[in-house]
Amino acid sequence: MTLSSSALRRNLPQCGALIAVLLANWLLFPDFFSIRVQDGRLFGSLIDVMNRGAPVALLAIGMTMVIATRGVDLSVGAVMAISGAIAATMTQAGWSLPLVLLAALGAGLLCGLWNGVLVAVLRIQPIIATLILMVAGRGIAQLITEGQIVTFVSPGLAAIGSGAVLTVPTPVVLTAATLAVTALLVRATALGLMIESVGVNRLSSAYAGVNTPVILIAVYVWCGLCAAVAGLIVTADIRGADANNAGLWLELDAILAVVVGGTSLLGGRFGLLMSIVGAAIIQAMNTGILLSGFKPEFNLIVKAAVLMVVLLAQSPALSLLLPRPRSPANARPIAAKVTGKAPGKAHKEGSAP
Amino acid sequence: MIQRFLPLIVTMMVLVVGFLLCAAQFPNFASWRVVGNLLTDNAFVGIAAAGMTFVILSGGIDLSVGAVIGFTTVLLAVLIEQVGLHPAVAFAVALAVGTGFGAAMGAVIHWFQMPPFIVTLAGMFIARGVSFVLTTDSIPINHPLYSDLNDVAWRFAAGGRLSLPAMLMLGVFALSMLLAHWTRFGANIYALGGNRHSAELMGVPVARTTVAVYALSGLLAGLAGIVFSLYTGAGYSLAATGVELDTITAVVIGGTQLTGGYGLVLGTFGGVLIQGLIQTYITFDGTMSSWWTKIAIGVLLFVFILLQKGLLAVWSDRGGEPAEA
Repeated sequence: MTLSSSALRRNLPQCGALIAVLLANWLLFPDFFSIRVQDGRLFGSLIDVMNRGAPVALLAIGMTMVIATRGVDLSVGAVMAISGAIAATMTQAGWSLPLVLLAALGAGLLCGLWNGVLVAVLRIQPIIATLILMVAGRGIAQLITEGQIVTFVSPGLAAIGSGAVLTVPTPVVLTAATLAVTALLVRATALGLMIESVGVNRLSSAYAGVNTPVILIAVYVWCGLCAAVAGLIVTADIRGADANNAGLWLELDAILAVVVGGTSLLGGRFGLLMSIVGAAIIQAMNTGILLSGFKPEFNLIVKAAVLMVVLLAQSPALSLLLPRPRSPANARPIAAKVTGKAPGKAHKEGSAP
Repeated sequence: MIQRFLPLIVTMMVLVVGFLLCAAQFPNFASWRVVGNLLTDNAFVGIAAAGMTFVILSGGIDLSVGAVIGFTTVLLAVLIEQVGLHPAVAFAVALAVGTGFGAAMGAVIHWFQMPPFIVTLAGMFIARGVSFVLTTDSIPINHPLYSDLNDVAWRFAAGGRLSLPAMLMLGVFALSMLLAHWTRFGANIYALGGNRHSAELMGVPVARTTVAVYALSGLLAGLAGIVFSLYTGAGYSLAATGVELDTITAVVIGGTQLTGGYGLVLGTFGGVLIQGLIQTYITFDGTMSSWWTKIAIGVLLFVFILLQKGLLAVWSDRGGEPAEA
């Protein structure tokens, strides 16, 4: 996706929302943008937002790919719990760090493979296919930790959660690296186009020669891997695995981040960077509410309000009501059919179920 | 005809065979007391699941039911204990609030063309958020009517009791079956879930039906909240977390397709009881850990979905491709 003026205009609501939330934080807390170096790593509220937001941002990267294929992955929170449980249990049992990391990531890969096979080969609707692992996954994680909160002492593993690379916190580095690799994979190759085409119409893509099962499986595997990394970060951060609570409800935050970022749940066009912006909006709100001294009880209401505003701004119904639609690409199928200017870009076309 | 009822037959067979297996292992299992408790303990999930069935039949989903249940318990506790309202008035208020909340979500879903998943997710945040704002403490409800209502029960001759929540659940399911299978509203829901566009062309009032379906789900979630508050005797903002998942699971195990248009309300009843049965078995066993519940339910979900897929593939043979999920 080239950064054309239409793309810029399409992303205006999200970017505007992020800037507004950051400015609101700054007004409530004048030191919000100040960053200092202490003990060889960066400190400051803005860094905190990035650091705390890293797990959801990681999940959002994988989730964006899945949602672009018109799917959804409800199991990422449970996969986080599994990967964390494996990492903590193996570390406690004395395995070396590389093996621990490999096993945790491998578990994420297997979970993704399971979801992918259910969706691609058995053709189960994604929301139910991943519901299975969402329900059973947390049970599996508890099976691994035997229902205990497994704590461990390992400076190496802990560094993934609380360490720093060249003063930047490790979770932020890991997220940036994952984003870079993903963006390179989907934007520098035809992979992104194929993912979007599967999301727009799976059958037509198959007829056009796209290997849809492989694309779908790859997307879910990638999502599982991202979730495993997020699980490692959370486990390393608290130096323990809590199978009951690790990643609990984060799948909803991740889906929220992707949708706020402007990727439609109906599949098709996706924006990786905008999903990260969505994750940043969510985390900046959380941090802002904490900093402002508001009761954290208001957190959910503010989150829901911002979510509704951003979504309504993107709502196809609203852009039809307005006298001039904000951008032609945003118009509903009716307009796309009339203009027919860019058939490849009419991603939102397709009957809603 | 057999096509329509096969998933229900399978669900009920699993329920009966499961119960018989449990009874074979633990002789005390096959008692009215266990059956009565099974119905009472799962009453609030069952009531909410009946509402979820309608939503899913119409092709939507409602993620807010757990949060609405939690909110209702808090609202009741605040109204009864802090405002001093009579429980009967508080119940009416709670049901009205639940219905209005559901209707509002339905309206947003219909008129702003937003996915139900996201709208009801926002609804979940709002309902939980408002209950957090009301109170973060667990407020006990000490009104005498609560203990009176908890004493209302139909006692079996062989021991055990059918409590008020259990009776309410059975009543809700009976009425839901009537509504789904013998009224125009029910037919409209099936039409809407089968194909929204065709339904519209056929003259189904899409807007009214969509709003009504979510309002009904909100009403039943409110009723489930009342039952939950009777059951626990308290209002707590974190109550019933994750119940939306239990209800969706029950609906799927009950043979209703998440794509909408196919399914029976009675199947959901079976789905709720199968989940309850697994929990009861694990309680009876005593040595198994609670996480086996989750794994067993996950496995059951998988088996049932595969079964439905298989049945669907056999029926839609002449179409070649199975229905695109």
